[in-house]
Amino acid sequence: MSEPQTLIDKLWAAHEIVRREDGEALLWVDRHYVHEGSFHAFTRLAERGVGVAEPGLTFGVADHYVPTRGSRQEIANPEIARMVRQVEENTAKHGVKLFGLDDPRQGIVHVVGPEQGLTLPGLLIVCGDSHTSTHGALGAYAFGIGASEVAHVLMTQTIWQRKPRRMRITVDGRLAPGIVAKDIALGIIAKIGADGATSHGIEFAGSAIRGLTVEGRLTLCNMSIEAGARCGMIAPDATTFAYLKGRPYAPDGADFDRAVEAWSELTTDDDASFDREVDLTAPEIAPIVTWGTSPEHALPIDASVPDPAREGDEARARYLREALDYMGIAPGKKLTDIAVDRVFIGSCTNSRIEDLRAAAAVLAGRTSKVPGLVSAGSSLVKRQAEEEGLDRIFRDAGLEWGESGCSMCVGINGDLVAPGERCASTTNRNFRGRQGPGARTHLMSPAMVAAAAVTGHLADVRPLLAGRKV
Amino acid sequence: MDKFTRLTATACPLDVTNLNTDQLVPARYLKWPRSADMGKVLLHDLRFDADGKERSDFPLNRPAWRDAKIMVGARNFGCGSSREAAVYALYDFGIRCVIAPSFGDIFSGNAVQNGLLLAAVTEAEAAEIMATLSATPDLPLTVDLEQQTILCGNRSYTFSIDPVRRMRLLNGWDDLALTDSFRGQILAFKTSDKARRPWVTPRSAT
Repeated sequence: MSEPQTLIDKLWAAHEIVRREDGEALLWVDRHYVHEGSFHAFTRLAERGVGVAEPGLTFGVADHYVPTRGSRQEIANPEIARMVRQVEENTAKHGVKLFGLDDPRQGIVHVVGPEQGLTLPGLLIVCGDSHTSTHGALGAYAFGIGASEVAHVLMTQTIWQRKPRRMRITVDGRLAPGIVAKDIALGIIAKIGADGATSHGIEFAGSAIRGLTVEGRLTLCNMSIEAGARCGMIAPDATTFAYLKGRPYAPDGADFDRAVEAWSELTTDDDASFDREVDLTAPEIAPIVTWGTSPEHALPIDASVPDPAREGDEARARYLREALDYMGIAPGKKLTDIAVDRVFIGSCTNSRIEDLRAAAAVLAGRTSKVPGLVSAGSSLVKRQAEEEGLDRIFRDAGLEWGESGCSMCVGINGDLVAPGERCASTTNRNFRGRQGPGARTHLMSPAMVAAAAVTGHLADVRPLLAGRKV
Repeated sequence: MDKFTRLTATACPLDVTNLNTDQLVPARYLKWPRSADMGKVLLHDLRFDADGKERSDFPLNRPAWRDAKIMVGARNFGCGSSREAAVYALYDFGIRCVIAPSFGDIFSGNAVQNGLLLAAVTEAEAAEIMATLSATPDLPLTVDLEQQTILCGNRSYTFSIDPVRRMRLLNGWDDLALTDSFRGQILAFKTSDKARRPWVTPRSAT
């Protein structure tokens, strides 16, 4: 009998073309997503005078630089217009399908891939973006790569990799009402650290994970990289298959049934061993927000920020002090006493229809005390939200309803948080200056951002949900 | 790609835990082509104030470390975004080696593609090297990739590095040439895989 295998082992083995004695393997790439930021790689192709090896397995989106406000046909900022034009030209030149600004399916690459059924269980997926780990939610082996690797994949449809160590994070039990995937993700990072999963692939398992919708799973796998993981994944199951059925690029009819048969094999065998196991108890997870400049600076909303003076280790005290100084927060302050200046709902982490519904459920009939922007994860999500009347709820609350793109998560399209401003955000990185030079970011779930909006400070969303249908 | 064998140079300590690639090069500079000098914007928002003036207390701005070719950092150096420009910025500034307890995975992959050596030491060793440099800023370090050693004054440290990456740096090897030598295997895989996993092919749609 063969050795029991983990899901990571099975996905890896299915893509191995060559394994060298030194342990490096050449892997076949099933899907390659490119965006405006992939221009370095296309330049490399032009320099070598070569084409894209598998244009049919390569898909482009315009997401990182696209405006969410103002005209998208005639982009006012010439540099941004050039970035968008560049991805249009590069994909057209190489016969690569682009979900560009004139396409109703345009959106953030990590939203569009699953939405279109391009992302499937069992696939190996790469993209020049660290949040490519998102796609593991459907049982894919998906990871972010740099520009040189993007060029290599474009030219060969393969990539050299060393197999990561395997980590299983098991979350068992029932989540308390109002607790969502973002809370699980931040809870994990707070527990294991921003480098807790470095050089590991993560499989998320346990009853609380099984109970997540695909949207929730995408949020969780998206944040794997914030724990340093190479990739994060969840074994495909009935929830996955139901989500994929009927998606435009997914197999259909008898092909779909045959695919489901194959995908059903993609689970970790009983008795398979992992290099590291981490357990969380679902009922103990509270709504979590970040207070500092790393996603590991995360605490339950009823906590207070650390007081470096009470920290025994000098290096650790300095680390905490620097984060608090940047964030402009007094040591030991209660999280719920921290006032916010702005809110943002969007990004590849939390911009899917379920995320918008969760925020709207809190905002309905209420007014935001601070300005804010809502940017749907894709133009299709935007349309659906409008059909459900969610855009009205956001607008009536005083928030701006923008077009789809990476927007204020990374700020390169011009959607910035001003220096010194504090933003409650559904995004993935609270790094210094991430949302703009001097900007201060607090990460949390969409409903928690909505709670910050209506109260004007970091707040527990649960009391605000009393008597509401969510 | 340039080879890396042995380097003796001044080394700048940068004791920032979780120094992410957004810090190494802020997102607004990612539009620049590779031909631009990204070294100018390395660590931009930490090196310069809001008016674009140098912060005199930032290590890289101190006279002894302005021309450093080695950087010594803390845990999880280069975490976060996959932007290869973080490596371009270090390289263009003149940095050829970063010594730290651990590195972001994607950053590590990008570094080797560009001939930048990442040398992993323990947290205690990194702290000790940084302390030595703070006390004697002009002290050059010698990093020897063949021996996998760092010479710092009268102390010698051993560093770890993936053996494949070590060979690639020592020889200045390029991925593509290597991949090209497996062209037959790639084609064979592609053909048999189509039969094995027909569902991989995207259903045709417009």
